[in-house]
Amino acid sequence: MSGLGVWNYVIIIFLMMIGLYMVMSCSSLVKKLIGLNVFQTSVFFLYISFGYVDGGAGPLLIEGVTLYSNPLPHVLILTAIVVGVATTAVGLALSIRIKESFGTIEEDDLHKMDSSI
Amino acid sequence: MMLEQWIDVFLLGFLAVISITVLRIRDVFTAVMLFGIYSLTSASLFMVLDAADVAFTEAAVGAGISTILMLATLSLTGRKEKSLVKRKVAILPLLVVTVTGATLVYGIRDLPPFGAADNPVHVHVAPRYIHQSAEEIDVPNLVTGVLASYRGFDTLGEVVVIFTAGVGVLLLIGRRRRREKNTNE
Amino acid sequence: MSDHLILRIVGKFLIPYIMLFALYVQFHGDFGPGGGFQAGVIFASAFVIHTLLFGLESTLRIAPPAVLKVIAASGVLLYAGVGVVSLFAGGNFLDYDYLAADPIAGQHIGIMLVEFGVGLTVTSVMMLLFFTFAGRGEPA
Repeated sequence: MSGLGVWNYVIIIFLMMIGLYMVMSCSSLVKKLIGLNVFQTSVFFLYISFGYVDGGAGPLLIEGVTLYSNPLPHVLILTAIVVGVATTAVGLALSIRIKESFGTIEEDDLHKMDSSI
Repeated sequence: MMLEQWIDVFLLGFLAVISITVLRIRDVFTAVMLFGIYSLTSASLFMVLDAADVAFTEAAVGAGISTILMLATLSLTGRKEKSLVKRKVAILPLLVVTVTGATLVYGIRDLPPFGAADNPVHVHVAPRYIHQSAEEIDVPNLVTGVLASYRGFDTLGEVVVIFTAGVGVLLLIGRRRRREKNTNE
Repeated sequence: MSDHLILRIVGKFLIPYIMLFALYVQFHGDFGPGGGFQAGVIFASAFVIHTLLFGLESTLRIAPPAVLKVIAASGVLLYAGVGVVSLFAGGNFLDYDYLAADPIAGQHIGIMLVEFGVGLTVTSVMMLLFFTFAGRGEPA
């Protein structure tokens, strides 16, 4: 694989791992949701990279062009982006309710309060 | 062609730097703003990879709606994150992440070449969508044709998911908050 | 925002153009990048700007949440309704060939109606989300 391809996939895996680390280790619930979004975006890059055709046009039918990028990953990722924002919205609403009930959205404090009830 | 490759390389590196900064920063407000920039940069990257519809949606949704909802949440929950009290870096998540990342990087060897037109992903269903869409649907935008006609069920499910998310948020925080803290809603 | 005169005037000027651009993206989704989702989000962002400039109360008077809830439900209903109509016309569920005499015209009609339903639902749900989040901090 060419150097650009390797760099592409390595950065995608790096972003995936950063997102995963943020979800696992950040203590604020909002930062966990940001980490989840970073993870989701890296998966979108992976799919779009699979669908990319070197020298092809974008998926819009034009006279005289025969080589197009693959439209199927674009469709899947369009759905995935919108579902991602729906999940984020519900997650943020839950964090607001948690803040109002417990007074904090830090993970360590929530564990202590939960185990002391 | 060469310029496009250099733009690709630079944008990917920029994304990696932004994501590390979002991870390390303690002020959640700054992290949300940087996430907005991250979304916009990823929209540009989608454009470089010839995905115009996806870039459009990512810019509108990621840099628009997602950022504003997170800011609204921050105004209600506070903008600082407490640092990890035990140690500066969590050991077990770092180990898990390193092992998983190394395995995935090793798996890159099995992937087909980046951008080749005869990759396995391009030879099964996609040629039928590209070549016969003109006779069957006659819509120039292939992505809209596949989204609304060939894969219409998935889009119906997606619309229902958005609707359900709206219903869920309305149920959770739809009412105005009462003043007394000891009343359950 | 009463002392940010430039923001108010520029915002008032831009909001109709943002809505017009959203309608353009919605109905030209067949011929260029666009479609229901992008149009819905752009239309909702016009209302977000209005809220930031003129306050939540005045925006809620323009777009009351009760109407938005009805619009959200009717978007999903329109999409499923197109499928049911094509069932009654003799084809499968969501088979647009049977919506008109000519299959190609049927496909065009089906895609336009379906994208419009998607746009309606996405617009109203995004606006509802923003109004709910923004209105939470205020006491009842």
